[in-house]
Amino acid sequence: MITHKTYLIVALLTTWFLPSAQASTWKVGKNERFTTLAHAIQHAQSGDSILVKKGVYHEHNLIVDKSLCIIGQGLPVLDGEGKYEVLSIKASQVTIQGFHIRNSGISSLKDLAGIKIYDAHHVQILNNLLTNSFFGIYVQYGKHCTIKNNRIIAYGIEEQQSGNGIHCWNSSFLQIQNNVIKGHRDGIYFEFVTHSIIKNNRSFRNLRYGLHFMFSNNDTYISNVFTNNGAGVAVMFSNHVNMFHNTFHQNWGDASYGILLKEISDGIIQGNHFTKNTTGIYLEGVSRVKMNRNTFSNNGWGLKIQASCQDMTIHHNNFLNNTFDVSTNGTLVLNNFNGNYWDKYDSYDLNRDQVGDIPFRPVSLFSVILEKNPTTLIMFRSFISALMDKTEKLIPSLTPEQLKDQFPLIKPVKL
Amino acid sequence: MNKIYKHVIADIIRNRIVLFYTLILLLASLSVFSLEDTSSKGLLSMLNIILMIVPLVCLIFSTIYMYNSTEFIELLLSQPLQRNAIWWSLFIGLMTSLGLAFFVGAGIVILIFEPSFLGLMLVICGLLLTFIFTAIALLAAVLTKDKAKGIGLSIILWLFYAIIFDGIVLFMLFQWADYPIEKFMIFISMLNPIDLARILILMQMDVSALMGYTGAIFKDFFGTTGGIAISFTTLILWVMIPFMCSLRYFKKKDL
Repeated sequence: MITHKTYLIVALLTTWFLPSAQASTWKVGKNERFTTLAHAIQHAQSGDSILVKKGVYHEHNLIVDKSLCIIGQGLPVLDGEGKYEVLSIKASQVTIQGFHIRNSGISSLKDLAGIKIYDAHHVQILNNLLTNSFFGIYVQYGKHCTIKNNRIIAYGIEEQQSGNGIHCWNSSFLQIQNNVIKGHRDGIYFEFVTHSIIKNNRSFRNLRYGLHFMFSNNDTYISNVFTNNGAGVAVMFSNHVNMFHNTFHQNWGDASYGILLKEISDGIIQGNHFTKNTTGIYLEGVSRVKMNRNTFSNNGWGLKIQASCQDMTIHHNNFLNNTFDVSTNGTLVLNNFNGNYWDKYDSYDLNRDQVGDIPFRPVSLFSVILEKNPTTLIMFRSFISALMDKTEKLIPSLTPEQLKDQFPLIKPVKL
Repeated sequence: MNKIYKHVIADIIRNRIVLFYTLILLLASLSVFSLEDTSSKGLLSMLNIILMIVPLVCLIFSTIYMYNSTEFIELLLSQPLQRNAIWWSLFIGLMTSLGLAFFVGAGIVILIFEPSFLGLMLVICGLLLTFIFTAIALLAAVLTKDKAKGIGLSIILWLFYAIIFDGIVLFMLFQWADYPIEKFMIFISMLNPIDLARILILMQMDVSALMGYTGAIFKDFFGTTGGIAISFTTLILWVMIPFMCSLRYFKKKDL
């Protein structure tokens, strides 16, 4: 009986390891069997590995149409000479690791990229450096792909002459982790991408948005840092999007927002930091989004919430040292602002339950005036504007009466 | 001149009001900075003190001081002294004592709690406002012989610069909301030293909000080195012009 079982196990193990036993490793380099990567790919079988030694390879457009594991040793350079798409991956289960991919071609017709994945699944792009690419890493119809530890740097000057750092289109189950993206048009761009995780990326100094996604549902963004992008982060027409512990920092300009949320529903925005932005979050047509434990500090405007938003619950957020905490464009309020900490709240708490006894109205008269007549900014912090704000606090007339925090916290929320 | 100046300083110090003013400023600035958990709220309170209290105290104190020293001035004029030297030393004496009071009372505290460009801006603007309103007080005092009228005039001037001017500007902003008057507003703000000081500080304090479109126009002017230089020159002119007017008037005045 026992021998029977052993035979079975041995038989199973051999069948499992059989393919790997047949897989071979090919080397590419100056003194190796292959001097070009294209040659090696031609010879290799699916499941093989290719090791590429240090050097500069001008391979025009490399097409990977077999399931290969291609590994660079000592950061070999693949140069697109400003004309070609460097790597086109057209097979599933491909791994690309440790390359320096540079100078992809620029074409607005073909969307040339440093690395482009066409209709494949389980592709892994790891530890690469991409410089001066039009699009950095481009995924179309990808599933279960992993993009990890890449550094994607471009020197774009104009939006037209520059593509996106990581561009994903019509894909699902992607994992985008620990990448650094700089100087592209949009740092990370998603369109029709679902069930994906974007984690620990740093996207900064991009021309337009640090992160831009549309029609991308059920995605989760964790611990990313978006700094100094031309227009911050834009998020549109999506539902069930979760954002946790991200940092939105120094997005300065009139049309620049920490996050621009437009037509978003059913998401959670939690534990994020919005610091030194002209506008922390701009919300338009947003519904059923829960916002809690976020910190808004040193922004021009913490939240700009349009009257078209509804059923939002905004609680346990810290509003610290913003010029204006909240501003809105109408009198209709369908959102719940109860239970936040506002540093501008200066009332009392007689029963010591850490909740202020008088509601706080975060919309100041001056922010309403400013919304209508931006030039009045020059009068900000003058005695007369302070006087008007105080009067408005006592007898609300222009500010929306319903926009108030019934239970303002006395102490900041500990995060 | 040096002797008169020394006498004025000694007289002001013996007067104790300036010492009291220093103490009040010191108490106020220490308490606003130590009561709030972030220095930014303290800075906001300090801004209000600098824009409202400092001009008021300088105006009233200097006007009253000038009237009270009428006899002293008359005595000096009976000596072989130039009117020019007398008026200058009175002005410099008032400027140094009030400026010193502000610097000791508020300036040092601001610089300790906010050692940044913003803090420096607050202190410089506070000092300049002190000088400007001392000069304006001298002008108000020399213009009228009647003490009550003179003090009344300086109070009206304070009301005008601190509140009424802003009201008029706000009214204008709403009347001409449809026109591109941002650049005109920059010019208008030069006409009121309190506004000018406030905007200069605002540029450092609310950087994020000012990056919006309209803010950007103001930022392009007041935020650049050239703009700051022009603003400070204007503030210095605000010291010089009222003082020179008062000096001219004093020289010809029949006492």
